[in-house]
Amino acid sequence: MTVIQTRGLTKRYGRVVAVENLNLEVAEGEVFGLLGPNGSGKTTTILMLLGLTEPTAGEARVLGLDPMREPLKVKAKVGYLPDQVGFYGELTAWENLRYTTRLLGLPEAEAKARIEEVLKRMGLWEVKDRRVSAFSRGMRQRLGLAEVLLKRPRVAILDEPTLGLDPEAAREFLALIKGLKQEGITVLLSSHLLHQVQEICDRVGLFHKGRLALLGTVEELAQRVLGGGYEILVEASPGLAQAFAALDGVAKVEAEEGRYRILATRDLRPELARIAVTQGSLYGLSLRKPSLDEVYAHYFQEVAHAA
Amino acid sequence: MRREGSPWTGLWAVFFKEMADHLSGLRMRILEALILLSALAALYTGTQTLRQTVGEDPYLYLKLLTTAQDPLPSFVGFLSFFVPLAAIALAFDAVNGEYARGTLSRILSQPIYRDALLFGKFLAGLGTLAVLLLALFLLVVGLGLFTLGVPPEAEEMARAFFFLLATLAYAGFWLALGLLFSVLFRQPATAALAAIGVWLFFAVFFPILTDLAASALLLQADPFDPESQLRQANLALWISRLSPNTLYAETLTAVLNPAVRSLGPILITQLEGAVLGTPLPLGQSLLLVWPQLTGLFALVILLFTLAYVAFQRQEVRA
Repeated sequence: MTVIQTRGLTKRYGRVVAVENLNLEVAEGEVFGLLGPNGSGKTTTILMLLGLTEPTAGEARVLGLDPMREPLKVKAKVGYLPDQVGFYGELTAWENLRYTTRLLGLPEAEAKARIEEVLKRMGLWEVKDRRVSAFSRGMRQRLGLAEVLLKRPRVAILDEPTLGLDPEAAREFLALIKGLKQEGITVLLSSHLLHQVQEICDRVGLFHKGRLALLGTVEELAQRVLGGGYEILVEASPGLAQAFAALDGVAKVEAEEGRYRILATRDLRPELARIAVTQGSLYGLSLRKPSLDEVYAHYFQEVAHAA
Repeated sequence: MRREGSPWTGLWAVFFKEMADHLSGLRMRILEALILLSALAALYTGTQTLRQTVGEDPYLYLKLLTTAQDPLPSFVGFLSFFVPLAAIALAFDAVNGEYARGTLSRILSQPIYRDALLFGKFLAGLGTLAVLLLALFLLVVGLGLFTLGVPPEAEEMARAFFFLLATLAYAGFWLALGLLFSVLFRQPATAALAAIGVWLFFAVFFPILTDLAASALLLQADPFDPESQLRQANLALWISRLSPNTLYAETLTAVLNPAVRSLGPILITQLEGAVLGTPLPLGQSLLLVWPQLTGLFALVILLFTLAYVAFQRQEVRA
């Protein structure tokens, strides 16, 4: 089932185009990554999905609802974690969430139960009576996710969830996001830290200057842009480049002395090892998953060259 | 395109949260202390003067509110000075403060409309000031009972009620102004400064300007034609009524002083048959200030509408 759908979604600020002709479909239960550099239109897209910004043209459907016509229904089922999420510093974590439950219109007993549940889940129960002004960036981010879960959402939209977190905290936070997927919550996340989020995204859309330039799984994109989905590094005796290139499925071989970088459409490690062993000696063999950063850099270099 | 769902969803959640913030905030504490101290000072001198004249005036408690003794102004004078400041202090960072803390997009992603947020904030400010005013007023009456030993009469209390209502409308004007500036200016300090600027303009410069305008207008009038003089005087009065301060001051004059029969120039023929100095009944006094009260309410609604429109058109992202 399609949870998020946009058709020709466009937003212009005067003559500046923030998002242009966006066609997107996100299926239920998937983790979708809206990726791209700052200012490429990710946040604007998110705000349009929540009905917080009016599209200039086109339409969006979230859970089958129009966010411009029925924003309250959409916002009741969609949790949103803004980038640089802020809380009332003079209130405690518990009081901040209490305010949210009041805005959600939850009855008292239900609200208290839910607050306890989400705070415990995010590991914030011990600090529930501490003022949020004393919280670290990572704790605030987790409190933000706790607030998203308070709604029992069907869709969670997370804007730059790992921004400003140290590597350890970012890793933990990504694990929490993975947990949402297991619960069946559809996750739409935006980020410009491609390498951080590529692990957890089922599919990604790469934004460039307001346009959705690439769409698919990480492997598909690597295949399309880099010419091969698999990058294999071989250390062996020199002079094997031609033999490697002759293999079926090899897209490209870069050789430098005894080090080879091979791009292939499938995992060719056994075949490569066999050749290396029969025609010389093999010192090392490793498979590198293509990184989105490379895909992105490569793609936009090509686009720039073509222009 | 019609949007669905009630704009009032979440209004009371916002109202109670903001009101709790106001009442527990340090800002309000400072204001309360300031208002309380000055009001007590004014009241003390008031009772000292009145003690000598108890029994001569039927409206003792109204006198208590309005009697001034140099160098201190009256209780009412203090209030009309502090109420705008308190209202501005409550509202100047209402919306831009949410932007600055990064809470606005989070709150608006909850199932509420922006209407509820803005109106809830406005009502909370008004509620806070109402509590403050009522507490202060009851304190005054209590203190009056204590020092004068005369219970207030029903008519006095009714007049005092309308005095509180007018003060609340006056506070609403400054609250809506603060709210408007908090939407228009991204920096809370800029918004506060702009609001204080408007307040200073109406408190200090506007009377000077209207005085100048009035004398210029009177100079234009034909000195041998009383009718043209009256016309010019009325025009000058009309200009001065563009200020909310004038509207409020005139309302107070008529409501708290039953002997006042007119708020503008009056012809000797109009006084025929009137017993000078006799008090008007409350209904007549209210009739006298009806236009002023209406004007005050209209100003509040106008400013709030402007703030509302500006807020609706604003982008959520900082």
